[in-house]
This record gives sequence, structure tokens and C-alpha cells, in this order.
Amino acid sequence: MKLSKEEYDKLNQQVSPKSRLLTDCLWAFFVGGSICLVGEVLRVFYLSRGFILTDASALTSVTLVVLSAVLTSLGWYQKLASRAGAGTLVPITGFANAVVSPAIEYRVEGLVTGVGAKMFVIAGPVIVWGMLASIVWGVVYYFLRPMLGG
Amino acid sequence: MFFDRPPSVLGFAAVGGKRESEGPLADGFDLLETDTTFGEKSWERAESKMQAICADLAIQKSGTKVEQLDLLFAGDLENQCTASNYTLRNLDVPFAGLYNACATMAEGLALASCFVAGGLAQRTMALTSSHFCAAERQFRFPLEYGGKRTPTSQWTATASGGVVLGDAGGPPYVRAVTFGRVIDYGIRDINNMGAAMAPAAVSTLLTFFKDSGEKPEDFDRIFTGDLGMVGSALMEELCKREGVLLNNHEDCGLLLYDRGKQEVGAGGSGAGCSAAVLCSHILPRLREGKLRRVLFLATGALMSPTTTLQKESIPGVAHLVLLESEK
Repeated sequence: MKLSKEEYDKLNQQVSPKSRLLTDCLWAFFVGGSICLVGEVLRVFYLSRGFILTDASALTSVTLVVLSAVLTSLGWYQKLASRAGAGTLVPITGFANAVVSPAIEYRVEGLVTGVGAKMFVIAGPVIVWGMLASIVWGVVYYFLRPMLGG
Repeated sequence: MFFDRPPSVLGFAAVGGKRESEGPLADGFDLLETDTTFGEKSWERAESKMQAICADLAIQKSGTKVEQLDLLFAGDLENQCTASNYTLRNLDVPFAGLYNACATMAEGLALASCFVAGGLAQRTMALTSSHFCAAERQFRFPLEYGGKRTPTSQWTATASGGVVLGDAGGPPYVRAVTFGRVIDYGIRDINNMGAAMAPAAVSTLLTFFKDSGEKPEDFDRIFTGDLGMVGSALMEELCKREGVLLNNHEDCGLLLYDRGKQEVGAGGSGAGCSAAVLCSHILPRLREGKLRRVLFLATGALMSPTTTLQKESIPGVAHLVLLESEK
């Protein structure tokens, strides 16, 4: 064939269907928004039951994580995510899904070498780089704080 | 390679899973199991069980006894081809394991034909399988993980196909085979394997036309497997640029599922996809004489999860088998 790699790449881009950006964004917006709305409802509920603000926030996160884990094991979270994309990925429920799904998948390889080793296969990098970023920001903030008058 | 004494397809069988049972080719399958675990406790065991069922059915339908088989070529998508290895553990037949990703069925069929046509064996068999769940956890993400699939990605078929060949018997016959070269046009997107494989399909097809002096019109159908929607469009365009017009091209990845109703992205794929379409759709029609001459051109994307992470591009390969309904 006489075609160069660059020409083929161009042809491929012409032929390959693009993701439907607007529909995908709308799905992500409404599903992601709804999850946050559930979180807000939970927070208000916990506050109304007499919990202090920090406890109510922590309980909200815990409830969302448990809900996501249950929905993941029922296989429903994945069905929603196949449409919602970032809408289900970004909230804390997406993180729970990323931990629970490999734990289920690799259960058959044993509790230690399967579940234990593979549980953080997706979420692991987020934890590593998230922690590193928070350390870096902590150092930056340490030097910035006197200047901010804190 | 043209065969003066073309091997006969003595028997064949196709086994599929739930999504395949909802597809347009469901009627052609010998067995469809809606329980994707096949009653087993892991996806790997499920695939092996499915392949074993398929092997038994194909051998039985061909009227062959297991001990008559001189050599069996089998392959799948699992690491170290374990689905086939574990199937063959319970089948007392000399075994040669193969890996050419989704092109494995054409590779196996071509090799099995060469052994019979060359007089090295009397009865041989080609067998492949793939399982969506086993492939998904190996190549992509856990099943329950909430990820979004891009529109160009393909759906690994949960299916198996097996073909028994013999030196004497009825139609269909394997008239010729062309083994393909590995072609890489620099595609890196694991979610667009059709694009990675299309140049390999074109290369093998053009080689065959050059060697044989035949034209696309000389065939009832040219079946590729499994370029999907994107790869098929690319292949037809590339052929057009080489002055070869394809008006009778169909793709196994597009035949197995109804893309309008089933969410399978750009179409089906996997070592079992083209094998199951061959055994549920193409071979029955050749046997009945509804199709007379067809090219079966299976394509494979030869990457691994490791090479993908190392940002390597995806090489493709395609092998061609000419099947005829008359000797």
C-alpha cells in the first residue's frame, strides 16, 4: 500500500465516529448533579438529627460510599455509568465503585492475592498522586500562610 | 497456497452466550447458553467449558471419533491461551496452541487445511473461543467498574467455533489459504482495533488477488472478521485507493450483533466472534449451496495490556481462507 501512516491517521479520524459531546455532557451534568443532590439531602437530614457539621459531612460521605458499593455489587452502578460517564466517576461514589469492582472481580483469585492485591488497581494511582499533591500543597501552604496573615 | 486436493469440512459447531442469543445469527448456533458463567465459578473456566462443548459438538457432527483426529489447532484470548490448554486437558488429541488474537480461527483453519491437503494428516480440527468477561478483566477493567466505552470500541464475543477437516468428504471445501504479514500503521488506541487491523486485511486480500489473478466479483461474499464498523469502512476505502472495489464485503463483527438494538460499540470482536459466524452462518450456507465461493479473512490485533501501557502501536495480521461449495 502506498499510504503513509499520517495519511492513514487522517483517514481514520474521518471514519471513526466521535463521542456525542453534548449528550454526554448533559448526562454527566444531571447524573453527577443528582448524586450531589442526594448528598445534600443526606447532609441536611443528618444535621436535622442533631449531628454537628463535620460529623454530618462525614456521615454523608460514608452513606454515599455504602450506597455506591451496594449498587456496584448489584451491577447497577456500571449500567448508569455507561451513560453518565464523568457524572458517576467524579463524585465519591465513583471512587467507591473503582475500589469495589476489582474486589468483586478478583475474588476468585483469593482473599489475599486476589481481593487484597487487586482492590486498589484502579483507585491506587489516585490515592498515590492525590496524597503527593496534598503534601506538596501542604508545604506550599506552610510558607504562604504567614503572608496571608493566618 | 492453492490445494489440488482441497480438504473437506466434515463438521462444524458454534456455541454462544447470552448476548449472542439475542443477536441476528442466534438460529444458526448449535448451543446458546444464557448463563454466561456456564455453571462455572470463574470466567476462565466458563470459557474453557464453552470451548469444550463446542469441540464435542463439532466432532460429533462430523461423524469423527476423537481418536481419528491427527492434530487439533486451538487458540483463544486468555493469557498463555489457557482456555484452549484446559479444554485439551480433557480431550485426548495431539494439540498445537495458537495465538493470533481475533485472526486465530483463520490461522487455525488455514494450518489445519495445509496438513490435510499436504497429506500429513487425515483429519484435523481448528477451534477457538473468546469470553467477554474473561477478556474484559484481562485487557480492560473489572466488569462492575463504571467506565464509559468510546463509540469505536468493539465488544468481545462470548462464543466458540470449531471446524473438523478431512481428506475425503462432502462440501464445503477449503480451496486456498493466504497467510498474512504483520502490518502496523501506528494506531495506538486500544478502543479502535478495527482501524489497527484494516491495513492488514487489505494487505492479505491484495496479496491473494495478485497471487490468484482473481477479482472481488469472482466471490459471492468476502467476510472479514472482526473489523467492526470503523475498520470495515477503512478497509473498503483503502481497497478503493488501490483500485479494488468491494461490493460484496461483510464483517463478522457486524453480523453477529444488531448494532441498532444491542450496545456493542463498533461491532463484535474476539477469537470466538469470526469463528462463531463462520460456523453458524457461512459454513451452513456453503453446505446448502446458497453461497458458492467465499473468502474468509479474519483479522487480529496483536497487542497485549503491557505493550498498550508502554505506548506501543498495535500491529495487525489477517489470514485468508477460500471456501467453496464444489470440489
